[in-house]
Amino acid sequence: MGTVFSFDVRGGEPLAVQAALREAVAGLHRVNEVFSTYRDDSQVSRLARGELTVDDCDPEVAEVLELGAEAERLSDGWFSMRYEGRLDPTGIVKGWAVERAARRMALAGATGVSVNGGGDVQLLGVPGPARPWRVGVSDPLRPGGLAAVVSAAGAAELAVATSGTAERGAHIVDPRTGRSAVTDLLAVTVVAPTITWADCWATAAFAMGSREGLAWLESLPDVEALLITAGDEVRCTGGLAARLG
Amino acid sequence: MHALKKNRPLRRIVLASAATVSGMVMLLSLKPHASPAAALAVPAPTGSSSASSGTGGTTTTGTRTVTGDTVQTRWGPVQVRITVKSGRLTDVTAVTYPTDNPRDQEINSYAIPRLRSEALQAQSADIDTVSGATYTSDGYRQSLQSALDSAAS
Repeated sequence: MGTVFSFDVRGGEPLAVQAALREAVAGLHRVNEVFSTYRDDSQVSRLARGELTVDDCDPEVAEVLELGAEAERLSDGWFSMRYEGRLDPTGIVKGWAVERAARRMALAGATGVSVNGGGDVQLLGVPGPARPWRVGVSDPLRPGGLAAVVSAAGAAELAVATSGTAERGAHIVDPRTGRSAVTDLLAVTVVAPTITWADCWATAAFAMGSREGLAWLESLPDVEALLITAGDEVRCTGGLAARLG
Repeated sequence: MHALKKNRPLRRIVLASAATVSGMVMLLSLKPHASPAAALAVPAPTGSSSASSGTGGTTTTGTRTVTGDTVQTRWGPVQVRITVKSGRLTDVTAVTYPTDNPRDQEINSYAIPRLRSEALQAQSADIDTVSGATYTSDGYRQSLQSALDSAAS
C-alpha cells in the first residue's frame, strides 16, 4: 500500500504484547500481498482480471468486499470499490487493516493501543491513568501545523480518519461521472468509533463536497467531522466540539 | 514498531514524535526517479551521543544532542540529530540526506523543515499521533527513533 503504519501500545504483559505486535506486523504485510492493486500477482489483482473467484481467495477478501459493498450502499455510491472500472478495494482495506491490527493488540492484553496507518488512526483504551489519547489533525494549508486536536476522553474506542487531495491524489471518484471528484474541500476528518467506517465516510464526504458532505455526515450516528475547504473555511458537525481538546 | 516498555516521560515523547513522523506517506519513495543517491554527510560526532553544557548545570536540566543511526533508504542514507532539553525535544535536524540531484534538493528543501516541524509540533501540542499528515520519510523516522532511544537511555 506504500503506507507507513505505526503502533503505540501501552500496558499488558510485555512478552505477550511483543508477540502480538510481531503478528500484527506480519498481518499487515500479508494484507499488502493479498490486496495490493500495485502487484499484478496479488489475489485482488487476479480477482479483478477474472483469474480467481472470491472463493479462491483468502477469506479476508470476501470480508473486505462485503464491508466495501455496505459502505457503497450507505454512502449512496460516493464511496466506491471501483476505480476506472476496475475492482479496487484500496479505499476500505487500509482502515480495515488498521482496525484489525489494533484489536489484535488489545486482545493480547494491551490496555492502550494507537495504530496509525498513513494518517488513519484507531485508538483503543487509554495511554495511561487519567490521560486520554490525543490526535492532532494536520492542517492542509499550514504544513506542520494542526487544524485541531481530537481527544478520545471517555471513549473506549475512537478512530480519526482524514481524506484529502494531498493524501492520495485524485483517487477519489465522483460516482455520477466516473471521473475524479470535483470538490471544494481540501480535507475531511471523520471521528467515529472504528477506523474502517471513519475512513470510508471521510472518502465519501470528500467526494460530495462541503455542503452535501457535511449534511450527510451529520445524519450518520456516532459520527463527527471537520471539513476544511479550499477557501480555508472550517465546517464541523454539531457534536464535534465535545471531542476537541 | 516499538512496543512500549515503561511509561517514562521521554519514552512517551519518543512514541509521540515517531508516530507523528510515521503518520505521513513515504516521501522518499514518492520520488519519480531511481538513481542511486549520494549523500551529503555533515560531520557528526563519531559517538552516538555528545553532551553540551546544560543551562541549569545539572543533568536533569541540561541540553543533550544525540545523533541517530544512519538509516539506508532507497534514495540514500538518512541520519538525524536531536536536541533534548529538560527531557523535551527542542530540535531535530537532518545531518545526512540524499542530495544526488536537483530533484532531491528540491524535495528535501521542503520536506526536511516539514518533518522537523511535525515532530516538534506533536510534542508542543501534547498529542500522541497525527491524522491526515501527508509525507513520511521512513529513514527520517527510524533515525529519529534511534536518537530518541539513545537520549532516553
